[in-house]
Amino acid sequence: MPLTPVLTKRWLEPRSWELESYERLDGYRALRAALAMRPDEIIQIVKDSALRGRGGAGFPTGMKWGFIPQGDSTPHYLVVNADEGEPGTCRDLPLMMADPHALVEGIVIAAYAVRANFAAIYIRGEAVHALRRLQYAVREARQAGYLGQNVLGSGFDLEIVVHSGAGAYICGEETALLDSLEGYRGQPRLKPPFPATHGLYSSPTVVNNVGTLASVPAIILGGAAWWKAMGPEKSPGTSIYSLTGRVTRPGQYEAPMGTTLRELLDLAGGVREGRQLKFWTPGGSSTPMFTAAHLDVPLDFDSVAAAGSMAGTAALMIFDDADCVVRAVLKWTEFYEHESCGKCTPCREGTYWMTQILRRLERGAGTKEDLDTLLDTCDNILGRSFCPFGDGATSSITSSIQYFRDEYLAHLDGGCPNHRNRTLVGAH
Amino acid sequence: MPVTEETRTKAREIIARYPRPRSALLPMLHLVQAEEGYITPDGIGLCVEELGLTRAEVGAVATFYTMYKRGPTGEYLVSVCTNTLCGLLGGDEIYATLREYLGVGHNETTDDGMITLEHAECLAACDHAPVVTVNYEYFDNQSEESAVRLVDDLRAGTPPRPTRGAPLCGFREISRQLAGFLDERPEARDAVSIAEPGLAGLRLAVERGERAPEYPEATLATTERKEA
Repeated sequence: MPLTPVLTKRWLEPRSWELESYERLDGYRALRAALAMRPDEIIQIVKDSALRGRGGAGFPTGMKWGFIPQGDSTPHYLVVNADEGEPGTCRDLPLMMADPHALVEGIVIAAYAVRANFAAIYIRGEAVHALRRLQYAVREARQAGYLGQNVLGSGFDLEIVVHSGAGAYICGEETALLDSLEGYRGQPRLKPPFPATHGLYSSPTVVNNVGTLASVPAIILGGAAWWKAMGPEKSPGTSIYSLTGRVTRPGQYEAPMGTTLRELLDLAGGVREGRQLKFWTPGGSSTPMFTAAHLDVPLDFDSVAAAGSMAGTAALMIFDDADCVVRAVLKWTEFYEHESCGKCTPCREGTYWMTQILRRLERGAGTKEDLDTLLDTCDNILGRSFCPFGDGATSSITSSIQYFRDEYLAHLDGGCPNHRNRTLVGAH
Repeated sequence: MPVTEETRTKAREIIARYPRPRSALLPMLHLVQAEEGYITPDGIGLCVEELGLTRAEVGAVATFYTMYKRGPTGEYLVSVCTNTLCGLLGGDEIYATLREYLGVGHNETTDDGMITLEHAECLAACDHAPVVTVNYEYFDNQSEESAVRLVDDLRAGTPPRPTRGAPLCGFREISRQLAGFLDERPEARDAVSIAEPGLAGLRLAVERGERAPEYPEATLATTERKEA
């Protein structure tokens, strides 16, 4: 499988983040082309391309845009989810730092297509340099006439506000993000109604991820068939795969959707020397973990789902045989406990109790029944909360017990066997 | 200490950015944090007055988000990622070392007022693990030794350059930037944005001569003819 840089293709350019560099490399050509089309034509191209949302859920982007009512008198809004925080996920921030205009151009095209005159980029607060890059880019784009009143003489007006969050993972969930952007605690809303009709300020709103929108200019320039020529028919295009953890050369690798971990590990120099792959996440900590048995699963939305997990954000966190799965799962569960917004009882209380149980299991004070209690708690959280956060909190627990029950049992008598062995070696 | 008139003016600038005033609340809380390094009762008062909310409404929001600090914060907020990936790759040891070395725990500040330490959740830099941030600028691929050097340098008044990001400024200045006020320093504008892991795939593609298919001329001709 060859590498196919589309979103990453400008990242090696000197001062890749500046308008001049961007314009030299196809920048804002797609916008000029788009403004010559009717909004519906753009939506049709995106529908035909079968682009699916890169924020994790993989919802068809063109369909989402098509849900926005037309010819109504209420304002429409475009909201960009740049609240990247899913553990293991690290591809939107480099994109915004290296090539912010790709996102800005995607925003202008999308806003024109869904007839929105106000767009907000909700970026996580802890990303101050990406915030700067976006602010500079928005200023440059405005000065060049790509934003503001009467964009490139088309009669279309658009304002973009770059809005920093304040440290809450839950705001990556689209309705919590909207509440946060309205100035409230970031807590998810009940759906339906969906943001397409009742989003920001209860008005029709599209919420798209950074990678989704940054793909749009290339799709306009290349056409739907060009995009669909990469990757599988139902999840086409390219994906930035983030390989992290116990790999020789961690980093961002852009390849067609449906590339396998075996192929990607080959590019990244394999698991660190002398070690074996033990467990990995296909799309962040909220997706059930995989093992070496899943090296050949094509990493696209449908194939990963068929293999029992989710493609999520292509955050491939790699762990090897020196890593303790119980410790890894404990730390993820502590994260969910800390970040649970507290709205739904199963998630709020369940993540607390699961953390207590995992802590005692990890230090060797657990019992066999604790495993059943964990699974029972997961069963009571899954599907019983407003948003997918609760489901995500159970993923690593249930999948790790499925694949590594013996390792949990080996902890019952005195804690982590790896750790015990290390102590023994030290004692001799 | 009552907020300054300049802050009140800035708060009104923030409100003007949004279709509805209350959307300004999060950036306004960043702004008032820039005054004294945390969310003060006077800071909450400003939000109450300018947005027509109750103290309870503003307080409910301010206490929900981790980045709003409830007590004075040091000149430098040092955040150590201890989520699973960074934690297993050394972040846990880095945090434990700094805690002992600085003699402070989570969300506590050194006596000289220079450093507030915290353990943080995933900072979205996993390809540079283990990661530490100072006032939210990245220091990539840290070790226990490098982290100790880092805090020594911060306390000595010789802050090192981040691996990616602008030269460090103080916690209050960063809070001002988070309120949406642009960092106009040329050195911030020119600062390194991407490091080797971010470029790993692209470099390999260049080396191997691999690329995405070219845009078809026919499509370009159709879309761009319409424009002409």
